[in-house]
Amino acid sequence: MRPLTLGRLLLRCGILAVILFVVVVIALKLGAVQVSLYGLGRDLIRVLLGHSSSISTDYGMIVVDIRLPRILLAIVVGASLSVAGASFQALLRNPLADPYVLGVSSGAAVGSILALLIENQLNLSPAFGGLFTPFGASLGAGAAIAAVYFLGRRDGRIDSSTLLLSGIIASSFLSAIVMFLMSTLSGGNLRGYSYWLMGSFSTLPPKSLLYLLGIGFLAAAAVIYTTASDLNLLLAGEKEAMHLGVDVGRVQLVVYIAASILTGLAVSVSGAIGYVGLLIPHAMRLIYGSDHRMLLPASALGGAIALVLADTAARTVVAPSEIQVGAVTAVIGAPFFIYLLRRGLT
Amino acid sequence: MRTPAGAEQPRANPDFRLTVEQASYVYAPNPSQAPLFTLEALSFQAKPGEIVAILGPNASGKSTLLKLISGALAPLSGRVFLNGFPTHSLAPKVRAQRIALVQQESPLLFPSRVWEFVLQGRHAYSRGLGFESAEDVTIAANALAQVGAGHLTDRWMDKISGGEKQRVILARALAQQPLMLLLDEPTLHLDIGAQVDLLESLRKLAAQNRYTVVVVTHELNLAGEYADQVVLLQKGKCLRVGTPANVYRRDLLEQVFQAPLSVEITTSGRPRVTLFSDK
Repeated sequence: MRPLTLGRLLLRCGILAVILFVVVVIALKLGAVQVSLYGLGRDLIRVLLGHSSSISTDYGMIVVDIRLPRILLAIVVGASLSVAGASFQALLRNPLADPYVLGVSSGAAVGSILALLIENQLNLSPAFGGLFTPFGASLGAGAAIAAVYFLGRRDGRIDSSTLLLSGIIASSFLSAIVMFLMSTLSGGNLRGYSYWLMGSFSTLPPKSLLYLLGIGFLAAAAVIYTTASDLNLLLAGEKEAMHLGVDVGRVQLVVYIAASILTGLAVSVSGAIGYVGLLIPHAMRLIYGSDHRMLLPASALGGAIALVLADTAARTVVAPSEIQVGAVTAVIGAPFFIYLLRRGLT
Repeated sequence: MRTPAGAEQPRANPDFRLTVEQASYVYAPNPSQAPLFTLEALSFQAKPGEIVAILGPNASGKSTLLKLISGALAPLSGRVFLNGFPTHSLAPKVRAQRIALVQQESPLLFPSRVWEFVLQGRHAYSRGLGFESAEDVTIAANALAQVGAGHLTDRWMDKISGGEKQRVILARALAQQPLMLLLDEPTLHLDIGAQVDLLESLRKLAAQNRYTVVVVTHELNLAGEYADQVVLLQKGKCLRVGTPANVYRRDLLEQVFQAPLSVEITTSGRPRVTLFSDK
């Protein structure tokens, strides 16, 4: 018997954090403009010391003003989507649950667009304006998962294939709404529908939104983490969990809201990037087992690593042009999804 | 005068651990329609160390009664007390510290080790982020040893036999250190040897740890052999409560199970039922 201890948890997370750091350094170096490791290190230390104004070289500007914020964005979005995916998998007792596959991301996209439209009408100051979108996206995500959940229920039980079908149908329905909104409306900040449906980090959100994203992620992930050991029992079924001392209704509500917020935040700044929430929790489960006290932080770090890598590929493979990061994750994620589906059916 | 919360004057006799007092339940999905199922008011009591069997054919209300006892359902009328407290109004963690339920197994979504599974029984005692203490590990190891499954500790749950799994599920219930053990058809998927093994362990555990044990079953002879009390149900009505020898009357059992049978009392004072085929 070797139950998880705090020490082992921190050690494993530490290793993942080191890997993330290495990946970030590689991502900073790669790109259309070559950057030397020495210059990179010097500029990074300056940023950390708060002297970012003393960076004057061109590539320094590229690294600090363009690549670094984009990488930070990829880290938070990757972590959010992975933690949301792991949460939905536990909540719905379905290993194939993922914000994208279940249509939650499309719901968040519709919510974002509607929020942007309302925002345009209200003429808010730009500092407040941006904050409207993640709120609308979270509501959209919550509404989509609630709809899919009730459609996927049969005789009071969640049926795995009905749930996935409901998700796929919700996803295509909501994507159609996104297309409809995009082609009938126009606004300065609506972006294109391919952004919402595939996801991209090519346009950086305003600073205020980046801060909100970071704080929102930490808060929502922390709330989910307080239920980590309850989620372990919830996987065995609602009835069993209740008899083992889990306040099932409360845990489900808390995780449902927090995971919807995570999805909403991520989609509102990057569109619907698929398969991260499916692939990463599975990979982490293979390495570390299915204890959520380990799985949730590992998924957060793993999701960050994966999206930084995917985005680096997205902007370097066809440089100086770039492909959408959601295309990169779908190319890798879809075959993996089929593999899991086949394995689950046999 | 106000009484402290939860200390509602228990009318229950303090000698008894479990008191079911005129408890009833009605399943009605729609209040305007006739109810789908009614469990009529029934009463019985059980002491520490006693084994109670809830016996009856399918759809007789056995599982509903067990849910009332476990506190998963609130009785429509009447009360169910554990040591003087209504089981339904206990907080989830407190309830799990006092009542352990062994259910028919549900499939595992992701594989887990036997020891991980047994440690789930300690969740009701966890604080903060729920890291298990050395004490939790000791209690879980003892629970596995008590059911004779210590050698399974490091095995995977999906790679052990049905009988072994049933023991591990029982060990998880023991790790909860409850006052009362509830078992829902625990012998359903077991061969006859494993059934006897399980009930022998239950009898030993009830005597050693002073658990009150409530078993739902339709195995007439196992209940007759191992129970101290039998609650006989038919179509939501409680027909009789008493010792197996008192409840096992030929006419009564024939009426309940709709089959011709004979009842003899063995030298140990336990009834034995034989089914005939009357072709």
